[in-house]
Amino acid sequence: MKWTRRDLLIGLGGLPVLGAVWWAGAATAVGSRNKRSEILEQLNIKPSLPPAVPGIGGDPVRIGVIGFGIRGEQLTRALGFATDEWKEEMRLAAQEDPNNKRLEDFEAQERLNVKLVGICDVFDVRAEKFINSFTTDDNQIKRYLTYKDMIQSGEVDAVVIATPDHWHAPMSIEALNNNVHVYVEKPMTHTVEETYTLREAAENSDAVFAVGHQHRQTLSFSTARDIVEKGTLGHVSLIQTNTNRNDDNGAWNYDIHEKASPETIDWEQFLGSAPQVPFNKNHFFRWRKWWSYGSGLSGDLLSHDYDRLNCVLNMGIPASVSSSGGIYTHNDGRNVPDVIQVNMEFPDYSTGSSQAKGKENGMTFCYSATLGNGFSRPTILMGHDATMELGNRLTVWPDGASTRYAEMLEAEKMKPNVPIYQYDPAANATDAVSSATSQYFADKGLMWTYIDGVRVDSTFLHMREWLSVIKNGGKVSCGIKEGFEEAISAHMAGLSWKLGRKIEWDPATQALKPIEGIDFDQVLLANENWNIQPEMVG
Amino acid sequence: MNQNQNKLKASVTLLRIFIGWHFLFEGVVKMYNPEWTSFGYLATAQGPFEWFFTMLIGDATIGWVDTLNIIALMVVGATFTLGIFERIGAIVGVGLLALYFLAHPPFPGLAQMNVEGNYWLVNKNLIELVAMIVIYQLPTGSYFGLDYLRKNKLKTQEQ
Repeated sequence: MKWTRRDLLIGLGGLPVLGAVWWAGAATAVGSRNKRSEILEQLNIKPSLPPAVPGIGGDPVRIGVIGFGIRGEQLTRALGFATDEWKEEMRLAAQEDPNNKRLEDFEAQERLNVKLVGICDVFDVRAEKFINSFTTDDNQIKRYLTYKDMIQSGEVDAVVIATPDHWHAPMSIEALNNNVHVYVEKPMTHTVEETYTLREAAENSDAVFAVGHQHRQTLSFSTARDIVEKGTLGHVSLIQTNTNRNDDNGAWNYDIHEKASPETIDWEQFLGSAPQVPFNKNHFFRWRKWWSYGSGLSGDLLSHDYDRLNCVLNMGIPASVSSSGGIYTHNDGRNVPDVIQVNMEFPDYSTGSSQAKGKENGMTFCYSATLGNGFSRPTILMGHDATMELGNRLTVWPDGASTRYAEMLEAEKMKPNVPIYQYDPAANATDAVSSATSQYFADKGLMWTYIDGVRVDSTFLHMREWLSVIKNGGKVSCGIKEGFEEAISAHMAGLSWKLGRKIEWDPATQALKPIEGIDFDQVLLANENWNIQPEMVG
Repeated sequence: MNQNQNKLKASVTLLRIFIGWHFLFEGVVKMYNPEWTSFGYLATAQGPFEWFFTMLIGDATIGWVDTLNIIALMVVGATFTLGIFERIGAIVGVGLLALYFLAHPPFPGLAQMNVEGNYWLVNKNLIELVAMIVIYQLPTGSYFGLDYLRKNKLKTQEQ
């Protein structure tokens, strides 16, 4: 057997092709990996791992739920209990749209060592729904007619408070005074004074107090904290955060239950300290639209955005707040604004500087909201060295004029329009054969926290942390300090809008700087615009 | 006639090598990138077989899916560029491309995201799949490739 040169040429001609392609592929992959790791090495960002929480051992925590409306149901699901009605609704939704995995996710959720023992809701239908859904042969759920009955019964270890805002503090204080653990929805309080009273109660109580800012559990936010602490962004001078909604639900025009009547609703108890108005279904189901019970955009949604950033930056209470806006999109009898711009000033705050000492200091936090447009505007942290988009995903772009990255920009190892860091709970690379892998990056709702491959709801994590601290001690991520800062900042925004002037915080006295002739809490509670209610001047 | 046959063989050989080139490069790039995963591609699957693709993204399966994908890409790449066992390569390639096609089919009504052109029913994955069928029908390894040596060897032995 003899092969001529021609034979070998024909037979082995493909070999150099294979070699060349292999070499090129390896060089491409390794080259881009090296380039990336050089940048990443310089940035040294550590993506956060899921929080390790000690188990909730021993006897189950006996939980009473106060308020079983929209949020109350969500919180109860986070505890592991869904109503039959919801399950059926989700089953049908999943049949219609296989992408709807809410029931599946709920069923995959880790079981918490809790026992639902009581419900307190002033609307009979909701209380009955709770009892019918969660009572079992060996666990008869009890209905308490007032929150005090429940808290003082000695039968509950912990309460979950999901009521209108004006009830948050009185209920929390009552529970804390009785050493009953509290998980309360945001905003933590409805007035300035309550904020101090609640802080005192929490500090003097043996019970664990947690505020429902579940964002604190989102892994991207703890990673964002690392990014900022490492000086990746340089000095952040401006934060832009937004709310954009354009639907009835987003504007708090929730459904009014057909069975709602003075017979089925304990109206007097609902009102509590609020102005005594006759029975009004609109007020009951859509309470977020009135200052008497709610706190409008500033307490309802700004509080989330503020706390998201406070958890990343720990910037505390702003030195001053100016707000403006109005009722421009839903002139339906509400008295909270539906468009608002809030500027919070932090003149002494810095995330660190890459430039001459003293050149950079101070930051503005700018919250912009409308209930009349749904265009999604991202949260952006703008620093001298880089810009970060903050969400479930994180993206960091270098700034063209950055001092820190000047060399790498000069050497074209970084480009201003190319992200230098991207965090995604389940990141991926591009795939050209299929040409559609980048679909992954499209915002399709894939941006959840994954723990051991299971998509997990951050509210569940937040409640699990609270329960773990109840059993094992430790610190909740959103406790009284964080709640205090959030509540004061939100109240400053609401006050500024109502008064049409700047509200200032005095860190020395830990109080709002007084304005002559104005009682802040009367302003906050006043249902109409402050300036047309002169008789309320304190 | 013979001349035409040769022209056809040369063209198909070129097609075979280029497809092999494409697959091999994809396979090598993925192999050398430890962070690569098909998770996103599968998780965003659309169309009638979405259920099947989303089934593959579980913790237990995704690693296997990724490895098999790389192996399949390299098998096609190697057999096509070297010109040996290309019929096996073509079968693997048809299977792989069918999966790619069905995961994100260019069917009317489905959102075509991040594709570089406009497609209706037929897209490049499908065209490449048909090209694979051509290669299966017209093996050219014995015309240009390792098969030539194998066949030649057999011939010499016969003599």
